[in-house]
Amino acid sequence: MIENLIEMFSFEFMQNALLAGVLVSVACGIIGTLVVVNKNVGISGGIAHAAYGGVGIASYFGLDPVLGAVVFSLFSSLAMGLAQRKLRERSDTMIGVMWAVGMAIGIIFISLTPGYRANMMSYLFGSILAVSSSDIWWMIGTAIGVIVFVALFYRMLLAISFDEEFATVRNLPVDLLSILLLMVTGLTIVVAMRVVGLIMVIALLTIPAAIGSMFFKDLRVIMLSAIVLGILINGIGLILSFKLNLQAGAVIILLAAGFYFLSFLIKRSILFKR
Amino acid sequence: METMVAQREKQPTSQMAEPIIEIKGLWAGYDGRAVLEDIDFEMFPGDYVGLIGPNGGGKTTLIKVILGLLPVMRGRVSVLGQSPVSARDKLGYVPQVSHSDRDFPISVWDVVRMGRQKPHVFKERFNKKTDKDEIEWALRQSDVLDLARKSFNQLSGGQRQRVLIARALVTRPKLLILDEPTANVDSKSSAMLYDLLAELNKSISILLVSHDLMAISTHVKTIGCVNRRMVYHNQKVFSKDMLDLGYECPVELLAHGLPHRVLHEHHDLDAFSEPISVSPTDKKAGEKR
Repeated sequence: MIENLIEMFSFEFMQNALLAGVLVSVACGIIGTLVVVNKNVGISGGIAHAAYGGVGIASYFGLDPVLGAVVFSLFSSLAMGLAQRKLRERSDTMIGVMWAVGMAIGIIFISLTPGYRANMMSYLFGSILAVSSSDIWWMIGTAIGVIVFVALFYRMLLAISFDEEFATVRNLPVDLLSILLLMVTGLTIVVAMRVVGLIMVIALLTIPAAIGSMFFKDLRVIMLSAIVLGILINGIGLILSFKLNLQAGAVIILLAAGFYFLSFLIKRSILFKR
Repeated sequence: METMVAQREKQPTSQMAEPIIEIKGLWAGYDGRAVLEDIDFEMFPGDYVGLIGPNGGGKTTLIKVILGLLPVMRGRVSVLGQSPVSARDKLGYVPQVSHSDRDFPISVWDVVRMGRQKPHVFKERFNKKTDKDEIEWALRQSDVLDLARKSFNQLSGGQRQRVLIARALVTRPKLLILDEPTANVDSKSSAMLYDLLAELNKSISILLVSHDLMAISTHVKTIGCVNRRMVYHNQKVFSKDMLDLGYECPVELLAHGLPHRVLHEHHDLDAFSEPISVSPTDKKAGEKR
């Protein structure tokens, strides 16, 4: 068993995949917790899909698709954040439109790009086994960025997430921080997209945090537990997909959903025993 | 006014001091539609004002304008001699408990600590000790110090309201503003809440809104009525013009009996087509103007 694992991780792509899983879990655990408590799941889905426009444009011009996705995700999170702040309930439709427009731009540019297109599928469904070293650098940068951002603004983010009006009356920079948080969320989504693809990225972002919030009552503890869970899910998913020769992103997501369901049952049984 | 009612309790200082809130001809609302029309209102240090009015009548809108959360469409609003936005960090805002997320994972201590959060990041670390003392003080004031380590979402409605009051107190406000403080609070806790507010009013001005006249009439010093327009006489009366504003609570008062004489004499109401001295079951009468 152990030998088996050692052999498995003697491959460089497996080492990279494991490292990617850890880095993405750190960013997703922290940001996912904030996405869940701020009920930003919908807008995060929008950012993920809009980022595909960047993937398409970047590949058409022969640039790094991740760079394109990063630029698009930052702009779309800024635009969606502004819409959300200024239009409130009415922003829903607009976010839906940007979601679709990003996808459409991506599809058109990819169809215009000559040559081998299967690689583009990896942005839809993920390809943790094919992460490049430049992907790893994006992940390192994002993980560090997320940690610094949340460590600096933790108290304010907590206040704003809990009660925006009170935070406004206290003159906290509510609009600025909410939009910054969305932009950092956008970055996190792009790097997590390398692992599970943009279609499933929301699950990777929110499930570990959702499980953590079932059992812990402090935002920081939830973040930590979500990181640990994310690493476990990514690691086990990676091994399983290697063993069973299945698509890694999908295995990871199913595993995450399995953990979620199991936690739900455990939580229920704890409640019933009381 | 032709009211024949008991004047409010004597407040020697209040009329001489500068008003803490001064509103003249205020129009405010959402998306260009006015919810409040031509509001005049003055509040003085030491006041304890209860504003009543039907749901959707603009009570919360008025609070939002005073807190600088909603822009003024027309008219003038001055809070502590400043614009609402400049003055708002000197106001202690206590929102409805129902508004704060029930599932949010946060401790009571951290909720109150929000009141100490400064709008900058780097200076805050230097006053940890005072933060701790202030938070303990505020928790003790609201009598929830023993709950400090508890999770906010495990508390009852009344306990949560007290924690939110502590969060407002820790900002050392000049004025406490409460939005429906007894919504989602059982009657025993709500009585305790009003005792707490009466105690706090010895050192701080209070403005609270509620749709429940019965609950506040026994506790506040002065009553106003908000329903698109506002009637406020700096008195503890429920006057004819408040009734004209289309509020149904006088009927409720008659139905439940009066804790105080807050409704004016019967013969003043001759102008009404419906008899106002209704039986406890006939609640519809007051709604007709």
